[in-house]
Amino acid sequence: MPFIPHTEEDITAMLASIGTNTIEDLFDEIPSTLKSGTLKQVAAGLNEMETSRLMMERAETDGRYLNFIGAGAYEHHIPAAVWQITTRGEFYSSYTPYQAEASQGTLQLLYEYQSMMASLTGMDVSNASMYDGASALAEAVLMAVRSHRSSRKVLMPSTIHPVYRKVVNTIVKNQSIEIVEIPYCSECGHILLESLAPYVGQDIAALVIPQPNFFGVLEEVDALTDWAYKNNALAIGVVNPLALAMLSPPGEWGSNGADVAVGEGQPLGIPLSSGGPYFGFMACKQKLVRQMPGRIIGRTTDMEGNSGFVLTLQAREQHIRRSKATSNICTNQGLMVTAATIYMALLGPEGLRRIAEKSHANTLALIEELETFKGVKRAFSGPLFHEAVLTLPTSADKVLHALKAQGIIAGLNLKEYFPELGNAVLLCVTETKIPADLKKYSKYFGHAIA
Amino acid sequence: MLIFEHSRPERRNYSQFPASTAEIKDIPQKLVRKTPLLLPEVSEMDAVRHYTRLSQKNFSIDTEFYPLGSCTMKYNPRACNSLAMLPQFLSRHPLAPEDTGQGYLACMYELQEILMDVTGMTSVSLTPMAGAQGELIGVAMIRAYHESRGDNTRTEIIVPDAAHGTNPATAVMCGYKVVEISTDKEGDVDMDALKAAVGPQTAGLMLTNPSTLGVFEKNIAEMSRIVHQAGGLLYYDGANLNAILGKVKPGDMGFDVIHINLHKTFSTPHGGGGPGSAPVGVAKRLLPFIPVPVVAFKNGKYHWLTEKDIPQSIGRFSAHMGNSGVLLRAYVYARLLGAEGMHRVAEFATLNANYLMTELSKVGFEVAYPTRRASHEFIVTLKDLKEKTGVTAMNVAKRLLDKGYHAPTTYFPLLVPECLLIEPAETESKETLDAFVLSMKEILTEAHTQPELVKGAPYTTCVRRLDDVKAARELDLAWKQ
Repeated sequence: MPFIPHTEEDITAMLASIGTNTIEDLFDEIPSTLKSGTLKQVAAGLNEMETSRLMMERAETDGRYLNFIGAGAYEHHIPAAVWQITTRGEFYSSYTPYQAEASQGTLQLLYEYQSMMASLTGMDVSNASMYDGASALAEAVLMAVRSHRSSRKVLMPSTIHPVYRKVVNTIVKNQSIEIVEIPYCSECGHILLESLAPYVGQDIAALVIPQPNFFGVLEEVDALTDWAYKNNALAIGVVNPLALAMLSPPGEWGSNGADVAVGEGQPLGIPLSSGGPYFGFMACKQKLVRQMPGRIIGRTTDMEGNSGFVLTLQAREQHIRRSKATSNICTNQGLMVTAATIYMALLGPEGLRRIAEKSHANTLALIEELETFKGVKRAFSGPLFHEAVLTLPTSADKVLHALKAQGIIAGLNLKEYFPELGNAVLLCVTETKIPADLKKYSKYFGHAIA
Repeated sequence: MLIFEHSRPERRNYSQFPASTAEIKDIPQKLVRKTPLLLPEVSEMDAVRHYTRLSQKNFSIDTEFYPLGSCTMKYNPRACNSLAMLPQFLSRHPLAPEDTGQGYLACMYELQEILMDVTGMTSVSLTPMAGAQGELIGVAMIRAYHESRGDNTRTEIIVPDAAHGTNPATAVMCGYKVVEISTDKEGDVDMDALKAAVGPQTAGLMLTNPSTLGVFEKNIAEMSRIVHQAGGLLYYDGANLNAILGKVKPGDMGFDVIHINLHKTFSTPHGGGGPGSAPVGVAKRLLPFIPVPVVAFKNGKYHWLTEKDIPQSIGRFSAHMGNSGVLLRAYVYARLLGAEGMHRVAEFATLNANYLMTELSKVGFEVAYPTRRASHEFIVTLKDLKEKTGVTAMNVAKRLLDKGYHAPTTYFPLLVPECLLIEPAETESKETLDAFVLSMKEILTEAHTQPELVKGAPYTTCVRRLDDVKAARELDLAWKQ
């Protein structure tokens, strides 16, 4: 049942004005051989009540689990106000703010978002967001190659999220860019400066530095950033934005700071929602701003001198530059950024820091408890944020399966991405878990490995 | 006033975060943040008021008629949002086992089936997160196809000059050279130019049909034959699918690959500039290259197909499975409409566009392609008006804001001077269209009698004309303390 308001009287009057007899006549320029029409795979329309029943049944099929997977998507408490305001029609159903005077709400909000992200990452400027963390990293790699000019080689640690690495390869592979994988230290779980030694003196466009890395382990970001600087490579930080409330931001890494910071914005007020929509963020030093892809909002004045906001530096973008644009991207994740901005405003610096610290403490509490079981140990010695890899004395599949039967999604089996780790599980405990949750986990975990 | 200007040190919302934890000793000091975080410190009520007030400074579909050409600003049914935000859907982790997401996967699988039917394609991948990413994926598949055949001489993508800017930008991102071909007087692709452009170097043609000029490419069957005969493939930019939903299937027009903008045709929200969602559909010969993941149904269970199942897949473009919450909204929309509803979408979008074109023409506006039927949109050119009065398309657009309408798309497509690209969408009533015509007529009169009034617009919005030049010259991109 379409959302069409026309009455029979309207239709008759409109056709009369146009000078045709039927609506079908309006399609008379389409060759009749092309008119296929029938939709066989599409069921008859349902009304809203029937559709609601269907969707509620589907949702109930999926149920709700106690979730301990992180791996790039993190469950956090989201204040009620965030999505109530975000889904106001004025935000939800508006378009890209090309008509600035009719879009000051979205534009000012995006300017506030850019300001918050610049501070969070310690960078000079932020764009108005990218699709997601993985594609933001791909865009950062392209940006580094664009601005470096002489090199098309990028060093990519194997501690970067494995799917991010796949996405980067997929997006940049047709642009003759070489991605070189840097191995991690099997004992500490992060990159060692020694593994970069073979590349000293080579022409390198960028070094990618995760913080925390995929294993939840903290990298030695200062030394890595300084290495990049000395070797005339850009340093690209891939960071969890929430972690930056307690960890040193990319802009302050090493002696000169990283050049670009990207990451997944989902921890800032976006629900897990089976993987999307989330948003990627990208911030950089001032000198790189003209190489940055995506939308950027600037503050200016109107003809009466009042402050206002517009899309700016549009000369980089595809609708002006067409084939010479910095990227083909012509969207941001506006609504997600709306939620993230309201989230950050509600929590403030203290709230964000406490959530990061509580997540850290909860993760430590759980793994310390689990390590008391025989044969269970942390895979890596490096310091961690709010995720950890545990190796188990028995099949990780079996353990995860047993906990699932108790309503617990206990972690991610790493056998597909890092088979060398054996029976290894990546788990995350955010501030959303209470002591009873940890107790429940530990109890059934004990049963499963026994 | 910025949110930062409401901030007061140590003002906190204690109900929103946990109590302090013990001092952290296991993280080396050098990795700990030392500079203060410049986030606002405001009360919950301050934040709610601030962002509610900001929302009120936006035009939106929910508050204004929004005839923005090529953007399909139709009503976004509220149920699509509330049903996609059921708590079980929101709390599901993307990497949770498949058997804990059968309800969600059933929706995704059925959405793939619906989109296959609507487009006439063999398979659909839901992964692209926006139209431009759908394009990137589509062209990457074209490239993978040629390369898999050892056909490495194809270096060019042909793009009509009326195309969206994303088309040429995408082709370049896939390592292709762009060849632009011209448009004839009737608004169709110039067939002689196409014939001259194709050859053994042609990888493919990217086309929007109906085109951005608001007309259906009548020669599409012939174009398809020419490109295919040269060994190239045909890419369909689904930006204007609303015009032919349930009427014509791109697969039947000969297209090999297509992206569908769900944020247009399937009414998912534009959200102030995203998130979009643009599933890609492929014809049989591109099937081996489709991006992962794809949802399959086997032995009574839904499951993901990955690189293992589709070894020649061009790969992954997002960390998980695209904008899945947007896909849920599109699925709900498709179920609400049903087959019959979808057939009516194109009919009434086209009726509204042709009616509005006729009525605007009657009050004195010059239509760019007067001999053609409008598709779901059409172009008005203000070239003469500008010559006579100095009033530009931009001035008229801004004056419309004063009359309570969002402006149509201006200065696109680039080949029609002083143009307004107008798309009313099927969800608007005749009264709304009539009122809009009346306002346009008033502006036309104003342009002749008081041109300075129109040039100074807007007057009633929360700010007057903003200085874009100053914004770009004196960059102010972030608030500083």
